[in-house]
This record gives sequence, structure tokens and C-alpha cells, in this order.
Amino acid sequence: MSSMPLATEPDQIRRSLLSRPSRSDTTFRVVARAAGVTTVGIMLAVGVFLAARAGDALVVAGPGFLFETEWSPETQVFGIAAVLFGTVSIAVIAMAVAVPLALGTSLLISEVLGGRLRGLLISLVDLMAAVPSVVFGLWGVFFLQAAVIPVSAWISTYFGWIPVFAVTDGSGDRLTEASAFTSSAFIAGIVVGLMIVPTQTSVMREAFSQAPVGEREAAFALGSTRWGMIRSVVLPFGRGGIIGGTMLGLGRALGETIAIYMIISPIFTINWQVLKSGSNSVSALIALRYGEASAFGLSALMAAGLVLFLITLVINFTASSIVSRSRSGAESQ
Amino acid sequence: MTTEIIRTQRPEPGDTPVGPRRAIRAIRVDDRFNLLGAAGAAIAIATLLFGWITPLSGVVGWAIIALLAFIGVYAVLVGLSADRIEVMDRVMTVLFATAGTVLFSALIFVVAFTLTRGQEALPHLTFFFETMQVTGPLDPLTQGGIFHAVVGTLIQIGIALAVTIPLGITTALFLNEVGGRFARFVRTISDAMTALPSIVAGLFVYSAIILLITHQRSGFAAAMAISVMMLPIIIRASDVVLRLVPGNLREAAYALGSSRWKTVWTVVLPTARSGLVTAVILGTARGIGETSPVLLTSGITSSLNLNPFSGPMISLPLQVFDFVKSPEPNMIARGFGTAAVLLLVVITLFSIARVIGGRGPGILSDRQQRATRDASIRDIQRITISNDRRLRGTAPAHPKEDTP
Repeated sequence: MSSMPLATEPDQIRRSLLSRPSRSDTTFRVVARAAGVTTVGIMLAVGVFLAARAGDALVVAGPGFLFETEWSPETQVFGIAAVLFGTVSIAVIAMAVAVPLALGTSLLISEVLGGRLRGLLISLVDLMAAVPSVVFGLWGVFFLQAAVIPVSAWISTYFGWIPVFAVTDGSGDRLTEASAFTSSAFIAGIVVGLMIVPTQTSVMREAFSQAPVGEREAAFALGSTRWGMIRSVVLPFGRGGIIGGTMLGLGRALGETIAIYMIISPIFTINWQVLKSGSNSVSALIALRYGEASAFGLSALMAAGLVLFLITLVINFTASSIVSRSRSGAESQ
Repeated sequence: MTTEIIRTQRPEPGDTPVGPRRAIRAIRVDDRFNLLGAAGAAIAIATLLFGWITPLSGVVGWAIIALLAFIGVYAVLVGLSADRIEVMDRVMTVLFATAGTVLFSALIFVVAFTLTRGQEALPHLTFFFETMQVTGPLDPLTQGGIFHAVVGTLIQIGIALAVTIPLGITTALFLNEVGGRFARFVRTISDAMTALPSIVAGLFVYSAIILLITHQRSGFAAAMAISVMMLPIIIRASDVVLRLVPGNLREAAYALGSSRWKTVWTVVLPTARSGLVTAVILGTARGIGETSPVLLTSGITSSLNLNPFSGPMISLPLQVFDFVKSPEPNMIARGFGTAAVLLLVVITLFSIARVIGGRGPGILSDRQQRATRDASIRDIQRITISNDRRLRGTAPAHPKEDTP
């Protein structure tokens, strides 16, 4: 037979196990890496450009940039205290509206409902996350404003002794006419709150739905009611999802522009009375002033945008690290 | 020679009796009465308070009072026949349902409100086929339309997609299929960029492209601003989808001797196709609705502009914003009409994405399953026939290789 020669031949040179990538492989790698480099390049360009252009204004304004309420770069007096306060107050109101709604809805979807209705509501939540903000803005201006004014008036009448709910004029007299309650941070906050509920709901629902079946059944077997099971199994398990979803929504609320711009009447003082007409936000300031800005004014706006970006960046990173470190997020990574 | 194809078969169930399925989510009659009673009492209390006792007015206030009264009365009613733990359970369930109802009715109301108010402008066909060039704020709704804004949106989103689809999906492939330390860095950066406020993206394009290079607002600048917003969304969504492609499919391809690029092209991408399409469509839906970056970069015009590189070019969301700035009722009606069109576009895109991407990767529709089955039957026949030939010694010396 002819099967022997292999065995009698002298040892051949050992074959290298390292494969040399084929030409198509090399091309693929190069192209993919180039795409990655381009993406990072674009993103870094945004950050670096913002920081570089903001530098001019920040050097002039110094640390006072954070504490000055006026915005007039022409006279070198400008700062973001008022707009930042407005941004935060609108975001806090939005959170107060959004978090209970998101928490309740996500528990309803993941724990109470089942079958086809659940699928339908999940799609609906995702769809709502894609509704353009200008549509929410329209609704806020043309419907919600008129509907909320009586509620604002009622709150300021009966809870006016709490400073933030009071609505007074300069001399401290109480205002009751409807025009004092229009275009307030309260109305903008409600609209922004509704805009961010879908984002928060889908993150929370995702976390809750991963709660282990074994632990759920153990709770039921020990005689727990559904709420008892949710409190002892689902909520602790989904804590990361709750915090992470809330913060992701907060990031969106801080960056929201057009709905706020349509609703508020811009002011440049710190307005603690959230029910009273007049508020502002960093993004509304940029939309308001970019057109008439000189080179230096633009640099000042860049500085405001940079501060906003840094805040949302910190919030987003914290949120995603909380989500991925929690028990519910560990498996999805 | 005919080939016998043996397929997996399910065993016959036999005579084992199958009992009726038990309902485990039953609602008792008194539960229903409690709910109805509490609802009735709540409506009565709210109406009473609004009519006579307190200086309250407005629909929203009435709804809030009715809601609080409902929860209170319901807790009392359940408490008549149950202990504290059960009352707590029932009340919490009702609270969840309330949150869901409030949220969904508010969101559906936002959509319905826009569509209803848009009805005034939508029935006129001119609304879709004319521009606002010769139409003033006081002209009736039978004149003027949003053709220029529709075209502007199409051009801008087209350019943005031409940039973001190749770049986004290739970057997602880089993150998943090439990997390494640099890929992790890319992922971190693109995650960070999802936090970029849209107005800041607009400001960046305004000062980097418009002020330094083109010196005028244009559709191209707007498309760049939209791209900066869409790129991280598409990368993130595609990254998630590609991560879901089962590892054993990749390993099977490598085990068959396929190169890395061949694996990506013939295994990974086809498996993730529906998910990638969904990612792109969702990114498009977000990009179409962006108003604030466009506000800074595209400029406002009332006439048709087909050239993205020169002159202002308006898009749908910006047109909405521009219309409702006017105090004239006709302009506001046009604004709502435009918003309704925008909303319908987003909803359509989203529904398409749902239909395509509703299935996980590798899960096929009936038609696709049939096609795959037919293909595998053909393969089996081909393999069996060539095997037979080889056994009979008639096989060609160098069987044709299936190379690219």
C-alpha cells in the first residue's frame, strides 16, 4: 500500500500555527478601525472645540461665571447662575412628575399586566420616547398652560406659606390674576416630565423584568402578597435600574431645549417662585441669543453649553455605571 | 436517484388526557364592586368640591381631586373585609394602574391633540404641494403649504443617513468584531456623546462649520448637526444588536475555516439584519424630530431650496416652530398641521421598525423559514448527489470551490 511514505520521511519543518490574515481580513480591520477613529475624532472634536472656544469667555469671566446672573457679554458682565438655576428647577419639577409615573407604570407593565396588553404598552412607551419635543411644546403652550393655571393658583393660595409656592410681586403682595401664572417653570417642568417618562419607564421595566423567578416564587410561597413580593424582591433587585433610569431621564431633562423655549418667558434673575411667570434654562439661553451674538458672545454661549454638557456627562456616566454595577444590570453587559 | 430526507418529528401525544386550564387570575365579584363604588364616590366628591365648597376650577384640578378621593375611598372599602396587608396590596396595585392610566392617557392625549388641531389644515391638498413663498400670515388655509419643509426634511435626513449608517454600523462592528483596548475607548466616548444636549450639537456646527467655513446657513450644516446627534444613537443601538448575535454561530463559521471578514459578512450581519434596520429607523425617527440643532444651523425660509450647500433650507420641526410663533390663527393651524405630518412620519417609521425588528436575531418569519428550509433541502440534494458521483468514481478531479 502507499500509506507508509509519510512515516518514513524525515521530520518536516513545524508548521506555524499563527495565521496570516487574508487580504480581505486586513482590509476589514483597517476599515473598521478607521470608522472607530473617525467616530472618536468627531466626538472629540465637539468636546475640544467647545472647550477651546469657551476658553476666551471663561478667562474673562473667571469663577464669577458660575455666580453672575446677568447675561450681557457686550459689557463683560455675564454668568450662568440664573439660567442654571432655571434649568435645575425645571428639571427638579420634571423629576417630581416623572419618577412616580415611571415607577408605577414600569411596575404595572412588568408585574401586574400580562400577555398582549403588556406587549402593546411596551411598544407604546417606546413610541412615545420618539415623539418630537416640538410636539410636546405645542401641547404645553396651547393646552396645558390654560388647564394648569387654576391648579397653580390653588396651590399658591393654600400653600403660599411655603416660599417656593408663593406668587408675589416685588413688594411681597400676593398675585392672583391668571397672567401671573403663565409661562412658569412649573408648566415647563410638567411638559419636560412627560417627555422623559418613557425613557425612565423603559430602563426601569427592563431591570424589573429581570428579577429572578425563583426569588419571586419563594416570596409567594412564604405567603407574601403581590406588593409584598414587589417590595422584598423586585424593588431591591431593580434598585440599580430605578436610580439609573431616573438619572438618564434627568440628563435629558437638563438638555431639553425647544419645549422649554416655547413655554417659558425668559428672565435673568433667580426666581424661587416656581409657579410664577418667568424662568430660563441654559439651552433656551443658547437658542435665544446665538443669532445676535458677537464672536465673544458666542464664546460665552459656548461656555454655558460646555457647563451644561459637563453636567449631563457626569449624570449619564454615573447612571450607566450604577446600572451596570447593580445586580439587574450585571447580566445585560 | 431520489434522496430520502429525514426531518425531526414530534412524538404523538398518545391518549394522555389534558385537563382544562385553570384560571389563576380571577377577579372576585366584591373586588369589582369595590372598584365601581370607589369610582362613583370619587366622582361625586370631586364634583361636590368643585361645585360648592372650594374655589377650584379647571379639568386638571378636578381629575387630581377625583383621583385622590378614589384611592382613599377604595382603601376604606377594601379595609372593610380585609386586613392591613391585603389593603396595602390592593392600594398599591391601584396606584400602579393609576400611574399607567395617567401616563398613557396623557401621552395619547398629546398625540390626539396635535392630530385634531391639525385637521384644520390637513384636508387641503395644497398644504402638501405648495410652499409659503407667496402666502402671507393672513391668507386662508387653501393657500400655501409645507412642500418646501417636507423636501428639506428629506434632503437633510438623507444626508445625515448617508453619513451615519456606514459610519455607525462600521463603528459598531469595530466594537464587537475587532475589539481591543481602543474599541473600549470608542465605546466609552460614544456613550458619553449620547449625553450631548442637542442645542450644544447645533452650537458646535454653527460655530465650527457655518462661521468658519461656509459663512451661511444651509441644509448641509443642518444635516451635520443631525448626524452628530444620530451617530451615538445608531452606534449604541447597533452595538446592542450585534452583541445579541449568538457566539456559537460565529464559532461555527470560524470552525468551517471562514475568515473574519467572511464571518462578519455572511453570518453576523445577516443574523443581525432586522435589528440593525430597527436601530437605523429608530435613529431616523429621533433625527427627524430634532428641532434645536436645526434651529441654529439650517436657517428659515419660505421657499423651496433643493441645494443643500447654499441658502437656508427649512425642515418640518423647524417649520412647526416658525408657524406657531405667529399670533395669526391660520398660521397656528398650519403649525398644528405640520406637527401632525411630522408626528405621522415618526409613528410610521416606528411601526415599520416594530414590524421588522419585533423578532430577535436569527428568528425568522414564516416566509423566511420556508426559504431557509428549501435552501437546506437543495443543499442536501446537492451534497448527496455529488457524494454519489464521487463514490462511483466520476467526481471531477478538482471540485469547484465556493470562493468569493
